Amino acid sequence: MGQASTELYEKIKAAATEKITALKQKPVVLVGMATCGKAAGAEKVREAFKKEIESHGLEAQVIDVGCMGHCYAEPLAIIAKPGHTPLCYGYVDEELAKRLVIDFLVNDDPCYEFAMVALETNDVFPTFSDFPRGVYEQKMILEHCGFIDPEDIDHYIDKDGYAALAKILTLEPEEVLEEVKSANLRGRGGAGFPAGTKWEACRKQKEPVKYVICNGDEGDPGAFMDRSILESNPHQVIEGLIISAYAIGATEGYFYIRAEYPQAIRTIRTALEQAREKGFLGKSILGSDFDFEIKVFQGSGAFVCGEGSALVSSMEGKMGIPRPRPPRLTTSGFRGKPTVVNNVKTFCYVPLIMKNGADWFKSTGTPGSPGTAVFTLVGKITNSGLVEVPMGTTLRQLIYDVGEGIPDEKEFKAVQIGGPSGGCLPESALDVPIDFDSLEEAGAMMGSGGLVVLNEDDCMVGIARYFLEFVQKESCGKCTFCRLGTKHMLEILNDITQGKEKDLASLDLLRELAEDIKAGSLCNLGKTAPNPVLTTLRYFWDEYIVHITEGRCPALMCKDLIVYYIAPELCSKLCNVCVGSCPTEAIYTREDGLKAIDQEKCVKCDNCLKTCPPQYNAVIKLSPPEMLKEKEGGSAK
Amino acid sequence: MSKKITLTIDGREITAPEGEKLLWVALDNDIYIPNLCAVKEIDPPQASCRLCFVEVEGYREPVTACNLAVTEGMVVKTRSPAVDRLVKTAFELLLSDHRLKCSECPKNRSCELQKIAKERRLKLRLTRFRPLVKDLPIDDSPDTFAFDPTRCVLCGRCVWEDHEVAGVGAIGFSRRGIDRRVTTFGDTSLADSPCIECGFCVEVCPVGALSFKE
Repeated sequence: MGQASTELYEKIKAAATEKITALKQKPVVLVGMATCGKAAGAEKVREAFKKEIESHGLEAQVIDVGCMGHCYAEPLAIIAKPGHTPLCYGYVDEELAKRLVIDFLVNDDPCYEFAMVALETNDVFPTFSDFPRGVYEQKMILEHCGFIDPEDIDHYIDKDGYAALAKILTLEPEEVLEEVKSANLRGRGGAGFPAGTKWEACRKQKEPVKYVICNGDEGDPGAFMDRSILESNPHQVIEGLIISAYAIGATEGYFYIRAEYPQAIRTIRTALEQAREKGFLGKSILGSDFDFEIKVFQGSGAFVCGEGSALVSSMEGKMGIPRPRPPRLTTSGFRGKPTVVNNVKTFCYVPLIMKNGADWFKSTGTPGSPGTAVFTLVGKITNSGLVEVPMGTTLRQLIYDVGEGIPDEKEFKAVQIGGPSGGCLPESALDVPIDFDSLEEAGAMMGSGGLVVLNEDDCMVGIARYFLEFVQKESCGKCTFCRLGTKHMLEILNDITQGKEKDLASLDLLRELAEDIKAGSLCNLGKTAPNPVLTTLRYFWDEYIVHITEGRCPALMCKDLIVYYIAPELCSKLCNVCVGSCPTEAIYTREDGLKAIDQEKCVKCDNCLKTCPPQYNAVIKLSPPEMLKEKEGGSAK
Repeated sequence: MSKKITLTIDGREITAPEGEKLLWVALDNDIYIPNLCAVKEIDPPQASCRLCFVEVEGYREPVTACNLAVTEGMVVKTRSPAVDRLVKTAFELLLSDHRLKCSECPKNRSCELQKIAKERRLKLRLTRFRPLVKDLPIDDSPDTFAFDPTRCVLCGRCVWEDHEVAGVGAIGFSRRGIDRRVTTFGDTSLADSPCIECGFCVEVCPVGALSFKE
């Protein structure tokens, strides 16, 4: 039976390759149409390409692809014209799309002045590896994201997709399990639990019905890795899920994807349909006696449902509320049956490990955390986007080399890693290597991969408050510590950021409460909820002190601790911009023609500061608010 | 009949059926461990009140006794500085959300919170936290009993009793986070709900949230 699967696959592969090769004979325009691209206006760009191609009667195809990872430069388009090096263009708008069709597709000018990067090595234009980001980046699971059509399975098959599945069907499930265990693949959902160990625990259960679930309930603020992968290369995840099911002995699989990800859900559904048609899913997969079916379940947007037991509970139609362990899900999970829940990214590595072997996987990364780490690099960073670097890369390399540092000549302040469960690390921690254990030692955690860079304008007390408010709102309310403890912590932080707290003892209580919530909560949402507060207390203690003792926000971010002020020595009589920008008519013209703010009316919306022309920069923020008296006293003289 | 094992709780050697949850083994042997949400029949336990922390040899941190199965040779201490700290905080957190006028409460002197305070020498007032008691009305629509949600500690015993013992399904948990509460479908009064006034829920309420009239 084993050989049959390989032969069958070879036939499917040959057909796919023939189709893709034929496609490449004609010019192809790939437009990045993942959610990130669409948000930047990619739909209009695609229509512009199509219209222009049609109006010139060209035989060129426009194909929607997923996310290439360079979100800062969206909308992105790739043009591959036979006889030319394929080029990627960033910041594409409708005008540029038209121009590229005329200049490049109709004529033969690739418009290098607009090109961002070449996709193949050539002697004219640099490729990704010629940039600092390309040096550090090593794409394993993102390799094909943004370069293949996620809605056409043949694109994936042409890249050897499903070859690993055909191969493992010739192996015993135990052999597959051993390979994954030997690769030391650690779960990419955050905690880093070894996937092989989890699978083995599930496999050992005598119960004939077992489930395997792909956790796509990504919910961290600023994180979008899982969405991008589901939208850009769905078959890689599906193949991983099928292989894991084979290893575990699972009979049914589920994608748990939050309903806020409609495109990911659509893409996965289409992909499942196509996989079924090709015989990779369903009864006797690739002619073997292995049957497996995958369904899609839409999560309703509760953050806590990313937690395994709450996820399973919500799938059963119950409230999405965690339960104590043991029993582990591998013993009693979905519908009481042994269940494996792994993150989207974890499944992505599986086909690669099975195709290339555990040693290949372990040759990247660190001994304790082999492989790569996928991050969404966001916040105050020059090149935001989706990046994949080997484990062990330092935060400094990731931020300054891959992300090209902090824009607008601002000072780096901290990096928030691991979402609401993670922590804020300062400059001094930037040489921490990125791996599961080192980050945890530093007080943060790998989390699912959100990485938010903060600069001097970010108040660390305010940031801690923001993340705590997030978990407080997302707490399911079941257990005492999380339900009430986070609420009390938030009250304290509200008071500090609003200048109502004058007693330093409140910080002791804050820390005590944080430690108790960490030790006493039922699930990992509660256990990790205090991390942003604990790390900011540890690394940015001074900022807390200044808020309390001086009523001052050093980053000028806490609204109740600042006032807006127009410096008369900088303001110009010739300009009226701020007056028009103010929504509450708080800005008036003084007798001398300069502008001033009526503090009673000011709502601190920041509009005046943003609109004041750079040659004046006359609007400034003062903290503590008492500074205003000093200033106004001075200017009156 | 399951196998018997021997364990030690606070220096006392105790024999118990293997696999039984530690909380029940302790309570059955007159060793008190604070608890509110524990119901023997709920499996897996709710483990939501976070009061039954104990120290068990081999565990780095205190663990809850309600969901820990006893094993041969297990060594348990019901008190330690770490346990006391967690219990103290959890207890005061619960009090911060609980209307604290014991003298006016129908459960005065038979309240589990009072019992915990007495056993663990904890204060029945807020020392560190500010009150978070919500402004929710008392539902006295049933003929025989009343429900005061501001005294509810969300232990869930009433919900279990209503669903699994009485088999009625008049009440359940609703909302999330700090707004979680026990209520009827659509927040109607109990009189307008399927409640049959069997009184089972009232009997298991550890505090003064559910109380018989008179």
